[in-house]
Amino acid sequence: MSILLDVQNLKVAFPNRDGDYVEAVRGVSFALGRERLGIVGESGSGKSQTGRAILGLTAPQARVSADRLTFDGIDLLKASPAERRALRGARIGMVLQDPKYSLNPVMNVGNQIVEALQAHRKVGDREAREQALAMLAAVQIDRPARVFDLYPHEVSGGMGQRVMIAMMLIAEPDLLIADEPTSALDVTVQLQVLSILDRLVAERGMGLIFISHDLRLVSSFCDRVLVMYAGRVVEEIAAADLGAAQHAYTRGLLSCLPRLGEHRHPLPVLSRDPEWAR
Amino acid sequence: MSAILQATDLAVVYDGFRAVDGVSFAVAPGESFGIVGESGSGKSTILRAICGLAPASEGSIVVGGAAGRLKPGSRAFRRKVQMVFQDPYGSLHPRQTIDRILAEPLAIHGVKDAEARITRALDEVGLGTGFRFRYPHQLSGGQRQRIAIARALILEPEILLLDEPTSALDASVQAEVLNLLEELRIRRHLTFVMVSHDLAVVTHMCGRLMVMRNGKTVEILPSVSLTRGDIRSDYTRELMAASLGFRRTDAPPVPG
Repeated sequence: MSILLDVQNLKVAFPNRDGDYVEAVRGVSFALGRERLGIVGESGSGKSQTGRAILGLTAPQARVSADRLTFDGIDLLKASPAERRALRGARIGMVLQDPKYSLNPVMNVGNQIVEALQAHRKVGDREAREQALAMLAAVQIDRPARVFDLYPHEVSGGMGQRVMIAMMLIAEPDLLIADEPTSALDVTVQLQVLSILDRLVAERGMGLIFISHDLRLVSSFCDRVLVMYAGRVVEEIAAADLGAAQHAYTRGLLSCLPRLGEHRHPLPVLSRDPEWAR
Repeated sequence: MSAILQATDLAVVYDGFRAVDGVSFAVAPGESFGIVGESGSGKSTILRAICGLAPASEGSIVVGGAAGRLKPGSRAFRRKVQMVFQDPYGSLHPRQTIDRILAEPLAIHGVKDAEARITRALDEVGLGTGFRFRYPHQLSGGQRQRIAIARALILEPEILLLDEPTSALDASVQAEVLNLLEELRIRRHLTFVMVSHDLAVVTHMCGRLMVMRNGKTVEILPSVSLTRGDIRSDYTRELMAASLGFRRTDAPPVPG
């Protein structure tokens, strides 16, 4: 399998008030082919910052460093802002958590998809509209022509998230980074959105990085899972083997979830070992 | 055993839209009752209707059994029924210290021993008095939700309405907060009405639960029947399957 993205010893640090730096990501390494990789961790574990650093969306005051950060042979650390911009959206897409905040509230959803397409490909207006409608149909929106003219506040959360996916996939990126793409959705809608994402990723042969706090969901969706704690990868495991996780943190995270049909009162809580953060 | 909380043919109507449509249920003292459903199913609106934040358009809500009927929203009612909201980032006043947040309900109800109660409430939710003069932004999500629970309990209510109390929290923090709620319920003989979209959380916390869809009751069943798979409606079964995670086989067919 060819390597699409190679990350070695990625570090992201933010300045604090004392003029010092706090490391949010502390040496993350992984390689990604055209596969589904999950990154799981709790708030503050650095999972989102890892995704943002790959896209080049880290806040300007932060310091990003890595031994290697390449996408399809392109050195992302040496790339100019213009080169990063050319990659972003066109070859690396990102789906964010909440469509309520990530869509432009004063533009109808169809034109937002058209805009995304025309930003990256030379496509005429009529052709772009056709493609946007086809993309809306591909994310299983009934009557795409009607939805095209709707504004974000007029669509439901699940539909909004499908619009986001349509917008990100229309430029046919090679890599899609999905940061908590379904956390704001209901469980049943979550599954619909996931199956659409799953099918499109498989059909188009994309690489996918699926960032989530939900270990169970990630393990049922991805091929491989990285478990992050305090800015580091504490465990890398094939999703199917999650039950045989070695690290105490992964096991603790799994066992503190209430499960259907189990009576555990009180629930086991995670006792954090300072060693994990070393 | 008479019910401490009874809703009969409850409906909440906004401009002709029936957010809650003819829902009836009864909760016994000391019981933990769960309401599950997707967004827009009316589950949170029921809680809001119980505590008087959303006016009930039809039907009735009786709190305190036949003997002591309390009017929703009245002062006596508010001492008996308190609510914990979903988002600990949005439900605490950002410019008030924890001390002031906890003192507010005591001042409203003219409770004298504020000092002792605040100390005790903080101890009870496992935070200690070190947190008393901090602001909400200085606390983590789990700590804030503990403050919200302390604020609800400081008036010593009998019924606690919980609207997705842990869905904004990380899994490990969720376990801590759920354990805390359970411990408090047993110690104080509280009655819980808990709303959640997470079936596993509701079956863990509640003895009985009501499944809702589009403002209507789908079914009311004991948690054990749910976990045994003893379910009558297809919708509940669908929710059960969804809560088990993603399965590649149940992906819908690719449209032509």
